[in-house]
Amino acid sequence: MSRSHRTSEPANPVGSTTATFVGMPSFPHAAADAVGNSQLRRNLRHATHTIRGKRAEVVAEVPDWEALRARAAAIKDATLARLDEHLMTLEDRLTAAGAHVHWARDAEEACRIVTDLVQQTGVDEVVKVKSMATQEIELNEALAAAGVAAWETDLAELIVQLGDDRPSHILVPAIHKGRSEIRQIFSERMAQAGRAAPADLTDEPAALAEAARVHLREKFLRARVAVSGANFAVADTGTLIVLESEGNGRMCLTLPQTLISVVGIEKVVPTWEDLDVFLQLLPRSSTGERMNPYTSMWTGVAEDDGPQDVHVVLVDNGRTTVLEDPVGREALRCIRCSACLNVCPVYERAGGHAYGSVYPGPIGAVLTPQLRGITGALEKSLPYASSLCGACFDACPVRIDIPRLLVHLRTRVVDEGRSGRPSAESVAMRSAEWLFSDARRLTRAQQGVTTAARALRGRTSLGALPWPMSAWSSARDVPVPPQETFRQWWARTHEGRA
Amino acid sequence: MTDAGPERAEAPKRVALFATCFNDTMWPGTPRATVQVLERLGVTVEFPWKQTCCGQMFTNTGYADEAIPLVRGFVDTFEPYAAVVAPSASCVGSVREQYAALARRSGDPGLQRAVEQTTPRVYELSEYLVDVLGVTDVGASFAHRVTYHPTCHSLRMLRVGDKPLQLLRAVEGIEVIELPGADECCGFGGTFAMKNAAVSVAMGSDKARHIRDTGAEVVVASDNSCLAHIGGLLDRGRSGVRWMHLAEVLASTREQPA
Ligand code: SF4
Repeated sequence: MSRSHRTSEPANPVGSTTATFVGMPSFPHAAADAVGNSQLRRNLRHATHTIRGKRAEVVAEVPDWEALRARAAAIKDATLARLDEHLMTLEDRLTAAGAHVHWARDAEEACRIVTDLVQQTGVDEVVKVKSMATQEIELNEALAAAGVAAWETDLAELIVQLGDDRPSHILVPAIHKGRSEIRQIFSERMAQAGRAAPADLTDEPAALAEAARVHLREKFLRARVAVSGANFAVADTGTLIVLESEGNGRMCLTLPQTLISVVGIEKVVPTWEDLDVFLQLLPRSSTGERMNPYTSMWTGVAEDDGPQDVHVVLVDNGRTTVLEDPVGREALRCIRCSACLNVCPVYERAGGHAYGSVYPGPIGAVLTPQLRGITGALEKSLPYASSLCGACFDACPVRIDIPRLLVHLRTRVVDEGRSGRPSAESVAMRSAEWLFSDARRLTRAQQGVTTAARALRGRTSLGALPWPMSAWSSARDVPVPPQETFRQWWARTHEGRA
Repeated sequence: MTDAGPERAEAPKRVALFATCFNDTMWPGTPRATVQVLERLGVTVEFPWKQTCCGQMFTNTGYADEAIPLVRGFVDTFEPYAAVVAPSASCVGSVREQYAALARRSGDPGLQRAVEQTTPRVYELSEYLVDVLGVTDVGASFAHRVTYHPTCHSLRMLRVGDKPLQLLRAVEGIEVIELPGADECCGFGGTFAMKNAAVSVAMGSDKARHIRDTGAEVVVASDNSCLAHIGGLLDRGRSGVRWMHLAEVLASTREQPA
């Protein structure tokens, strides 16, 4: 649900709960803007390179990392191949453990289910522990429209929410914000959202964290309903798992009376043995730690302890369509560790917002067009938001061959455009193919090039070129072509031999 | 992407040169140098005249149908040879990594078989020299300070590892300086350089700065497209750093210095 589709004013006094990604410009434009923002580039570079280094160190400690990656990929593939069975088992076990299971085909249905559940409790605010699925379906906006304020409790998400901004990283949504910016957001916005920040707040990390802690503590103690996501769902036992660093998630998962977990259907793993593999891979790949500080696991309702009213909403929202593509489905292995973002040279310059969804970076470039369909300009541009350098594939703990998926999706973009009016690009590509499909044609065209080169004798570079080559020549010198092609040289020196 | 290069083959001393369309037209010095190095090592080089283009630009931009005739042309041209050598990591990568999928798409089992048989015999120059011929000292002489940029396709698609560096270090008189952030992409990426020009130039500028900071006189790589992009930024910045293909450094001798 986009901001313009709201039926009533948001309940959140801060403004919109979090800005949405709807109506984002296509990647090249958004990225070009970001490239011009040197502060953003510095923040991103510093953060990604720091995590990158830590990740490399702890990955190197594991003697069988490659074997572990291969196992994780195999488990995911096998699970996805029989996803329906595993989901039925999960539902059975969850129900037996006292939880209520709901199925949501798309974002709208998922939002309606959660909103109804919240409204039945009569509250007008909920606390949330980091959940990408709820951001994907834009739950905060839907709740706001129903008069319910949804408060993010992950520190970085809180910063993004109070700043009326959008997340720009999977793990560190406020990666693009500097310390002083965060201080300003806290000082100006916290009071409207609950407990105000202290008047003498400095931009020391400890002071900022303390302000957030006090602010959030008040909300945890007040909240009667929590909304969570899950990193994994073990089918065998009906157990949901959340990994986090701050402990705020644990507060959400234990204090409120009602817990509603919104979980993408690809999060299921069959057994605890399988889970073991991912628990080894995820913290190392994401935060560069051997183990994350908090791992919370819950199975339905525990009598007199924790939430007594437990719901799990299993969300499809395009996932079964992705599953139908034998190449593209590999993207559903993703465990949202963000390792691919941190090594991606394009993400490092373009920033997360340019990808136009809650899933930025290389995984966003292959997941978003598949989940939403290759429909709009943004979705069509995302498969091209990569130089195909392959660093993402090497970093990915579940071995998603992102470069291969990018090329595959580019082919889909072109194939789907074949029925319409031919673009300038497709015309150029077809004439180039005509040229290259016959060596005699190529040789004749080369004669044109060398003739031109002789006219340019003495120059070292070509200067400005007309569109579309101007995209190249505006920043880079263009070499003058040679006066003799290789073919001509070969004919001159090796004639008659081959 | 695969993790390993081709199996070490029997050393065929007769090879077909795949010059690649860009090198043939724009940088003929590179295939010329490749011929010189190979002939100096006693290898008989042939140049099948009907070769054109591997189709990489088409495949990577999504024009798979346009690439298929080029795949067919490639295997028609090179199937008879026991070894094919190309001075371009990205073209070899496209042949070895993408042809199978394109052949499947064509639905022609004959093409699929031909691709299966031909593509494992296509080598990037450093692979052929080190893995097949088993040499690292090719008798070159180049008395300059150089730094080496491992292009993404040589590093992560072909996994050539340090083979180019082994070859460079064996060159007489050379000083090889390590490049900081060597494994980071230069931002060329084929049509990426045009489609996302701003990001491409930002990446390339960082690469050019790292190269300048080494104090090297020459930057060397195994892909002229990446080099032209980096070189275009270096030249625009009046850096004075020269850019050369690995083959040209290896072809350089005391009698005929490059
Ligand atoms: S694609 Fe791989 S590296 Fe990227 S977030 Fe998903 S699991 Fe992590």
